[in-house]
Amino acid sequence: MSDYVIKGQTGDWEVVIGLEIHAQVTSNAKLFSGAATAFGAEPNTQVSLVDAAMPGMLPVPNRECIRQAVRTGMAIDAQINRFSRFDRKNYFYADLPQGYQISQLYHPIVGEGEITVLVDEKDENSAKTIGVERIHLEQDAGKLMHDQHPTMSYVDLNRCGVALMEIVSKPDMRSPAEAGAYIRKLRSILRYVGSCDGNMEEGSMRADVNVSVRRPGEEFGTRTETKNVNSVRFVQQVIEYEAKRQVAAIEAGEEVVQETRLFNPDKGVTKPLRSKEDAHDYRYFPDPDLLPVELEDEFLAECRASLPELPDAKRKRYEDLGISVYNAAVLTAEVENARWFDRLLDAGADAVAASNWANSVLPGLLNAKEVAFDDPRNTPEVSAEILAMVDKGEISKGQAKEVFEYYLDSGDSPAKIVEDKGLKQTSDTGAIEAKVDEVLAANADKVQQYKDGKQALFGFFVGQTMKAMQGKANPQVVNQILRAKLDE
Amino acid sequence: MSLTDKTIAELRDGFRAGDFSAREIAEEFNAAVDAADALNAYLVKTPELALEAAEAADKARGSDSLKPLSGIPLGMKDLFATEGVLTSAGSKMLGNFLPPYESTVSANLKAAGAGMLGKLNMDEFAMGSSNETCAHGPVISPWRREGSNAAITPGGSSGGSASAVSARIAPGATGTDTGGSIRQPAAFTGICGIKPTYGRCSRWGIVSFASSLDQAGPMARTVRDCAIMLEAMCGFDPKDSTSLDVEVPQWEAGLSSDLKGKKVGIPREYRIDGTPGEINALWDQGVEWLRDAGAEPVEISLPHSKYALPTYYIIAPAEASSNLARYDGVRYGLREVVEGGGLHDMYKATRAEGFGDEVKRRIMIGTYVLSAGFYDAYFTKAQKVRALIKQDFRKAFEQCDMILTPTAPSAAFALGEKSDDPIAMYLNDVFAVPASLAGLPAMSVPGGVNGDGLPLGLHLIGNELDEQTVLNAGLAIEERAPSIELPKKWW
Repeated sequence: MSDYVIKGQTGDWEVVIGLEIHAQVTSNAKLFSGAATAFGAEPNTQVSLVDAAMPGMLPVPNRECIRQAVRTGMAIDAQINRFSRFDRKNYFYADLPQGYQISQLYHPIVGEGEITVLVDEKDENSAKTIGVERIHLEQDAGKLMHDQHPTMSYVDLNRCGVALMEIVSKPDMRSPAEAGAYIRKLRSILRYVGSCDGNMEEGSMRADVNVSVRRPGEEFGTRTETKNVNSVRFVQQVIEYEAKRQVAAIEAGEEVVQETRLFNPDKGVTKPLRSKEDAHDYRYFPDPDLLPVELEDEFLAECRASLPELPDAKRKRYEDLGISVYNAAVLTAEVENARWFDRLLDAGADAVAASNWANSVLPGLLNAKEVAFDDPRNTPEVSAEILAMVDKGEISKGQAKEVFEYYLDSGDSPAKIVEDKGLKQTSDTGAIEAKVDEVLAANADKVQQYKDGKQALFGFFVGQTMKAMQGKANPQVVNQILRAKLDE
Repeated sequence: MSLTDKTIAELRDGFRAGDFSAREIAEEFNAAVDAADALNAYLVKTPELALEAAEAADKARGSDSLKPLSGIPLGMKDLFATEGVLTSAGSKMLGNFLPPYESTVSANLKAAGAGMLGKLNMDEFAMGSSNETCAHGPVISPWRREGSNAAITPGGSSGGSASAVSARIAPGATGTDTGGSIRQPAAFTGICGIKPTYGRCSRWGIVSFASSLDQAGPMARTVRDCAIMLEAMCGFDPKDSTSLDVEVPQWEAGLSSDLKGKKVGIPREYRIDGTPGEINALWDQGVEWLRDAGAEPVEISLPHSKYALPTYYIIAPAEASSNLARYDGVRYGLREVVEGGGLHDMYKATRAEGFGDEVKRRIMIGTYVLSAGFYDAYFTKAQKVRALIKQDFRKAFEQCDMILTPTAPSAAFALGEKSDDPIAMYLNDVFAVPASLAGLPAMSVPGGVNGDGLPLGLHLIGNELDEQTVLNAGLAIEERAPSIELPKKWW
């Protein structure tokens, strides 16, 4: 149970959240035309005759888009509908050349599924399962530009007809944190599957946020839908704002109006987009230009076989290797990082040491040198080599950092760096023992004090020995020898 | 005999035999087209395209690389997008529209060697049964009632095509049929016209009226000519999702008027009250001709046919209301801007100005039947009835190989006679519409003339993909029916 409550004047209120995520399908071509889908191209350069709705032009479904929707459905354990159909949603707007959007109202391609999220990444007990109602495929619209001409608006149809998956959740979320965790997890899954790049800044993922409030345990209240919210933070702001606004309205004796709203990120508020009175009648009906989509066994088998290891399975595998819940969650969140880490493990690195290195050490080292994680220099093989030297006691953990920094600067192999810089620490017990004997002999007074109970002096002896070894002694070996000599 | 009096088969064979050149054919037809402005059949004349194809044909004859339609110039209904040639769909809305692409069907004909004489007038967006809804004025039929000079309709919506073939200003023409638009005008003008099985002809590049019903087909003077053209027009097209991926049969080679062993179904429900006696008499005569050709008549039942017309007038306008939404003045075609107005003002002004009354009427009907609260009562119900009509035909074809009915409940009427009464106009398609809803091949062939000397057609419906039986039965009727004497030039 979420402990997120809205404290009203008349008591506590619970917020109920459902999300409709529009995810742009990763594909070279649009949903029903052969036109390309590159982001940021010159206006109206990615437009086919079909996208521009020229007379007599007809849509032909893009098999790859259908495949990506099916794979996405399989990744959230959803029902895959072998029979689905495209419908027309009719309305007039200048960014919609056909005068209708081809979508799937009556028979979506993917039915019910679910996504389990960790509301708190550090806490295994914060897991919550959120239902997915459906996933359907639809066309994106074009874009209007109002700032190009004093009296007219310009239309850019590049995005028009690009395939979107609309992923509709059930009203299962109860706090902004849960909504945030859901979006992040969904984004992670989409990126693992490769069906959407999850790039919210470029608009590849946008959310319609449905919010209502109720007394805990009572019937759902009237909801509002805030359209086209394009970041996790904004989604959470919308929820907080709407929940408070609705509670205030109800407590003031007003009714919440079922309506579509828009979020203003500058002011952090939502405003009605249009009222119910002039709500569209979309006149949905099956698109007569298209046949129903019927999926065959072979196609479904290929979709399933092509799925990679998904975040939850990977996280479980990491935890089974002894990696902490938190580290496993962080390492698996982004597919690139997880694949990098898998290569680190494949190169023979110890799982726990590798997870600490990858999560706690490496990011700082990269940041300090302003090197991106996906920089070609940052190969898992180099990290594996360094970790192996630590594991064998050849260098200390501290020296490992140093080696990596030298590596970034020089491009030399870790082995060469250790050699050139004389960093290799010795585990030669004979050499170390000799120095220990010198240190103890030179500090007989302190040895006596230690034996009299001043245990804190142990560190002093370690330090003196390391100094005598010019820092190249394996600290563990130094410790062992010192203990043996002092405690005998 | 003038070259323009010849059929496609005669022109083809004569050209191949060296009796005349393709250039001579094209020149004679170009001249005939120029001399027929009074019929208002051609919206655009393209004599240069006819000559260009003729030259290629003459060269091909020299090098023995002839194509099936080499040397044949054809008329093209204005609903087919033709690259660089005005394609207006009979509407003011597209009055300036030059497509940068060629429809699959017209491209197929071109690839088969055919030339193009021009673009043929039609009811606006193919909505009409008399060619009176065209933005460019009505087409006049070359036919007249005996003893009268009153202008007669060639039928619609492929009225320009029908008028042109019947006036011998095209040896053949393309038509499209959504609810009878090939068959009814063919019947009204004493020619043949076939609508193949839905999906045989690609719809790509044909301005859409009602997607689930629209189907292209040929209109020509003989059954053989229809077979020749149809072979060239059909074929799978990956650009049309509803296109059928099936072989195109050699219909011309398969022509045979021997119907031994075939059964012809006579639907009892098609004896409609109020049908003129001469129509029913011709129907009975048609049965006898088919019997004479070896077929056995059987009575069949198509019980849901009586709902076909209302069903059609829900589904077709519903699809049209959505298909025609793209004509909004934003990207091409007519744009009417209101001074100081916004986007919606532009939509309203453009669509008010660009569409004619019949198109507006159907957009309104279609919008109504799809709207919230009415969708189930109208559109869903109509889809269910459509399924029942298809089922009727499926059952019927377990008992027979073809079905014979009249094509239309009357002969051609005078211009203006029904234009104030849309329902009377819609009733013209009562026999044609069931086959459209079922997606079945259907053809009109001339059966004779009525008391006024106007032609009447007989209507053959075949089973799915069985155009051959339809054509063969058509041939049997053609061989037995009194030959139709096409009107002498008065225009």
